Amino acid sequence: MTAKIAYDEVEVGTELPPQTFPVRRDTLVRYAGASGDFNPIHWNERFAKEVGLPDVIAHGMFTMAEAVRVVTDWAGDPGALTEYGVRFTKPVVVPDDDEGALIEVSAKVAAKLEDRTVRVDLTAVSGGQKVLGMSRALVRLA
Amino acid sequence: MALDQSFVGRTYPPTEPYEVGREKIREFAEAIGDANPAYTDPDAAKALGHPDVIAPPTFAFAITFKAAGEVVQDPALGLDYSRVVHGDQKFAYERPVRAGDRLSVVSTIESIKSLAGNDVIDIRGEVRDESGEHVVTAHTKLVARAAEEG
Repeated sequence: MTAKIAYDEVEVGTELPPQTFPVRRDTLVRYAGASGDFNPIHWNERFAKEVGLPDVIAHGMFTMAEAVRVVTDWAGDPGALTEYGVRFTKPVVVPDDDEGALIEVSAKVAAKLEDRTVRVDLTAVSGGQKVLGMSRALVRLA
Repeated sequence: MALDQSFVGRTYPPTEPYEVGREKIREFAEAIGDANPAYTDPDAAKALGHPDVIAPPTFAFAITFKAAGEVVQDPALGLDYSRVVHGDQKFAYERPVRAGDRLSVVSTIESIKSLAGNDVIDIRGEVRDESGEHVVTAHTKLVARAAEEG
């Protein structure tokens, strides 16, 4: 494990470079195939509306995968991650158009822990709503 | 409908090993749009100290969720799977999943609660490699929404 960020150079409050991740219908089809999650709420608008959703929604695990890229891109080595957890608070609604939806992710160092590990708190927003809560990653720095 | 509390603490037998392939990791990384070379280039992964390409952090879910699915679809548990949504997800890593791993999952039902008519079930999935070493533990909270009135 070789993170490119040094523990000593990081302070509580240090902001990680934010990123915005696009998600369109075809993104979800591809993710369904790669992950094996073929729940129709992620690709079938008729089914999604039948079960009370506003439209097709992204896989929660897709949103979770995107959000942590802010941490792994910053740390350099994805293997430096020691813990990562989220709560799925609101769905990412993905309309059937060329733009789809955006997931905007920001993150900052919330605590410096033992063993050169820091806790990073993440915020993920789509359509003006927080889509992840309690989103935290532990990462071991150099 | 209240779930059978006697399922709390129940542990299921290890799943058949899942062999992690380089091309499956590549497919997953492309699906999440993550171009980190540690996922696709063995030399880049080795430069970071990994013996082969590693998988993105959430890749393990595909393995643990399949194992959890067998647990929650146990008819004796009484969970209405059609009403289940994903509440929380957490991973605790010993090391990243990597190509060549043969991974097996042991699932345990940690708790069953009823909150505002919803059934809430916490499942722990411990993932071990072929030599029995711990790789990652997944904590999954599933919520079965209460059926609508009438």
